[in-house]
Amino acid sequence: MEKRVKLKSREELKNLRDSIIKNRDESIPCITVCLGTGCRAKGAEDVLNEFTRQIKNVDKAKITYRQTGCHGFCEKGPLVVIHPQKIFYQQVKTTDVEEIISETIINSKIVDRLLYIDPKTNEKILQENEIPFYKKQKRVVFANNGLIDPENINDYIALGGYSALSKVLFELKPDEIIDIIEESGLRGRGGGGFWAGSKWKYAKNAKGDRKYIIANGDEGDPGAFMDRSLMEGNPHSVLEGMIIAAYSISNAGEIPVEGYIYVRNEYPLAVKHLFLAIERAREYGLLGEDILGYKFNFDIRINRGGGAFVCGESSALFASIEGRAGEPRAKYVHATDRGLYDKPTNLNNVETYANVPIIINNGVDWYRSIGTENSKGTKIFSLVGKINNTGLVEVPMGITLREMIFGIGGGIQNNKRFKGVQTGGPSGGVIPESSLDLPVDFDELTKVGSMMGSGGMIVMDEDNCMVDIARYFLKFLEDESCGKCVPCREGIKRMKEILDDIVEGNAKMEELDLLENLASVVQDASLCQLGATAPNPVLSTIRYFKDEYITHIKDKKCPAGVCKALITYFITDNKCTGCGACVKVCPSGAILGEKKKPHKIDIDKCIKCGMCFDVCKFDAVIKE
Amino acid sequence: MVEIDKIIEKYSKDKSSLILILQDIQGEYNYLPKEILLTLSQKLNVPFPQVYHVSTFYKAFSLKPKGKNIIKCCLGTACHLKGGPRIVEGLERELKIKSGETTDDLKFTLETVNCVGTCALAPVMIVQDKYYDKVTPVKAIKILKDYGETSEVKVKRRTKKS
Amino acid sequence: MEINIDGKECSTKIGETILQVAERNYIDIPTLCHNDSIKPYGVCRLCVVELEERGRTRIVTSCNYEILKDNLIVRADTERIINIRKMIIELLLARCPEVESLKRLAEEYGIEKITFKPENDDCILCGLCVRACSEVVGRSALGFSYRGTTREVGTPFFEQSSSCIGCGTCVQICPTHCITMEDKDGKRILKKWNTELELVKCKICGNYFVPDVQLNYITEITGIEKEKLNLCLDCRR
Repeated sequence: MEKRVKLKSREELKNLRDSIIKNRDESIPCITVCLGTGCRAKGAEDVLNEFTRQIKNVDKAKITYRQTGCHGFCEKGPLVVIHPQKIFYQQVKTTDVEEIISETIINSKIVDRLLYIDPKTNEKILQENEIPFYKKQKRVVFANNGLIDPENINDYIALGGYSALSKVLFELKPDEIIDIIEESGLRGRGGGGFWAGSKWKYAKNAKGDRKYIIANGDEGDPGAFMDRSLMEGNPHSVLEGMIIAAYSISNAGEIPVEGYIYVRNEYPLAVKHLFLAIERAREYGLLGEDILGYKFNFDIRINRGGGAFVCGESSALFASIEGRAGEPRAKYVHATDRGLYDKPTNLNNVETYANVPIIINNGVDWYRSIGTENSKGTKIFSLVGKINNTGLVEVPMGITLREMIFGIGGGIQNNKRFKGVQTGGPSGGVIPESSLDLPVDFDELTKVGSMMGSGGMIVMDEDNCMVDIARYFLKFLEDESCGKCVPCREGIKRMKEILDDIVEGNAKMEELDLLENLASVVQDASLCQLGATAPNPVLSTIRYFKDEYITHIKDKKCPAGVCKALITYFITDNKCTGCGACVKVCPSGAILGEKKKPHKIDIDKCIKCGMCFDVCKFDAVIKE
Repeated sequence: MVEIDKIIEKYSKDKSSLILILQDIQGEYNYLPKEILLTLSQKLNVPFPQVYHVSTFYKAFSLKPKGKNIIKCCLGTACHLKGGPRIVEGLERELKIKSGETTDDLKFTLETVNCVGTCALAPVMIVQDKYYDKVTPVKAIKILKDYGETSEVKVKRRTKKS
Repeated sequence: MEINIDGKECSTKIGETILQVAERNYIDIPTLCHNDSIKPYGVCRLCVVELEERGRTRIVTSCNYEILKDNLIVRADTERIINIRKMIIELLLARCPEVESLKRLAEEYGIEKITFKPENDDCILCGLCVRACSEVVGRSALGFSYRGTTREVGTPFFEQSSSCIGCGTCVQICPTHCITMEDKDGKRILKKWNTELELVKCKICGNYFVPDVQLNYITEITGIEKEKLNLCLDCRR
């Protein structure tokens, strides 16, 4: 355990960094294993344990190993990268460990079968940055995720961590820092897209005897896990950004300032790593009193969410930190004037804070060279759903949806047809094929009835039903609504009832008009943005997939074969071999037939659970 | 109530610590016992209805004891698209409870979660912090049987020793 | 300072709400969750108005929008606002079809039929009872619980409250009159809160008149001895 002493000056930080680098031999083989939650779920921890166990037996050269944060290519996990050659092995199992050590580490040979194969060229690719998934990305915020052990602050420092803080404390004044953030064009990464520099300025100018800096790590959008990876994989980048913000907004500590990170309860690893990071930073004097020897005090506490999506909303988040139910309140006065405990508060998403040290270190010109006119820098997206390369991607803003989905994403799974991509979570909408060449940034997607939101991109194919998706989001929001105001609580419920009628084949065309009127009231009159944006998924799917709605209502059919009430399961005679696998799993005894002879489904008994469809190896079960 | 005093001591004694304390209590007892909520109300000087509101508002809290094995089925968008709801239905049928409920023998609690952030593994099911990826209704029931049998065997071993 | 509401120039002070100014100028804006003795809550959304600021229009609730700038323009009677109000009344009536005050509002706004499936509730979750008990009476016997469509008002665990003093403030302030209070056989019964309180007899006429706990509370906050308090209103005269 390296002993930690409080750093009392920027020179001491620099000396520490130099000594860490000096004591590391980059030529020694280093095995890095991704231990992000995604890879862990696939057994990465066992893989790392196997490596540590077997390395002990190797007495040849020195070998080191390191756990790292999420690389983003979750589809291919567990991921192992061998340094210094940067050999990228994917889908590594514990049984592969021995061979990797003997072949790659000791004999410098490649284990071919563990390399990534480009599906287009059938070529095997050696290094991470050559893989198409990564090649088209611009990893800036995520650059160090695969290189550092999130539990080891020295890794972060070795790569330049906390040098931005050092520059800010000793070279820049608070107003200068805010100017830099404003000029950079940084906009909030949590979905709101508010200009970060302006927010910091309001917070700095607001009157109060105490101020708060809060990082929103509540990432509630289903399908989005960018913040999880960032908090798990590079927690110090968030801390550094927060400390810089605190210094600026408190006017170099003139006003006492305190920090909070609000992390979703469902992210236990992120909580753990943030907690550790804060402890380590305190030990080094990077948090607490007299940071880096400068007369500036700031510390950060972690509050875990309680399982409420609405707590991602600023005033609900504050209520939760205050120990109350997460109910939003009227925001006619901004949080920068009266936020947490009615004091001036700066709330930014964790990804926004992580951009700050990067801007300080690389400069405004460099940052502005990335992105579009009004959306500067990179954005991290989660590319999920019916896509080949599921995972997290970081790209310059302005990349088109087509490049994201078909370039980086590798296109649709199983060669199915693309139907739509849902962006912006429950506040966003579905974008159809006709708009795939739209650039992705804060403003372009709103023009077509969606939004970039926090970065979730859910790809859907011909087997997904748009009416079902609209209903899914309404159900989600009905569950998550705080219930305080009438339009959201009663309005979303009644909108969902109409969608229930449609998917069950009980709706009339007039209900679509009622749906649109309800939607406009919910948008206009809800107390907070959860309610106000709730109608977006419904409205956008009606806009682009109205035919599908009409088919459900008039023909009482679900073209995609999803809505249970509107489909029937059949067994096709000429494909059924009579193996009986379906009979075994049918919970209602609805399948009859003799052994080795085609079976039949009794429609009256069938509860449409779909188990027979799952188990049939001969594609004999079809949905109509 | 020695336990609860230890928990309260970790935090500042004002009402802002209410949720943090409740999270620790939920972790310790597997639910929020009514008596403890009453005590908290007195010790933190928070009106009892407010403590009750917080206890019922957040999904992380439960007023009833949870089962030995908590099954969390993810119903995030990616998991929904890949058949998540049918997995929940399958488990509801198998366990004879609705999601949010616990089996009578307290062996299983079935819950749904709105995204655990492992969308590449969709559809995801978590049992006692162990993640299962690309689950189907058939696989889900098989996984359950492992837990069912394992816990029975453990009980048998314990009673043999005593 | 001035504010223009529906074409009428009204004088205002900084920090006043739009609703306060409107009421003073006899401009009628409907409310359900509002009461002048309690802090505004802004949840029924019936009092919404259009607010024009720097060329942009947004919708705000007049009960809790504090006027901080001069020369704001407010419209409380546009088609958009009326449409919102009608939908809110309809949504509430679908939830509570038998509530008189809602039926009256429906009539006023020309709503003839409810297009949603009717339910059978009598509480619109305005929170007036909760807020009055806390802010006016100071007992905080009531609160909200759960969330979304399962949100409810009541006592913790829906059991007898140890804080209720049977003052009847919640009964008086409820806009749907769904809270009842009845004195019977020496007990004051608030059925909705599952609460029964022992009544005290007047020391002169011998009639039951006030819950014992209420006298205790009055003693606590005024310092007047309980023996001096157990006189009913009639006998006190």
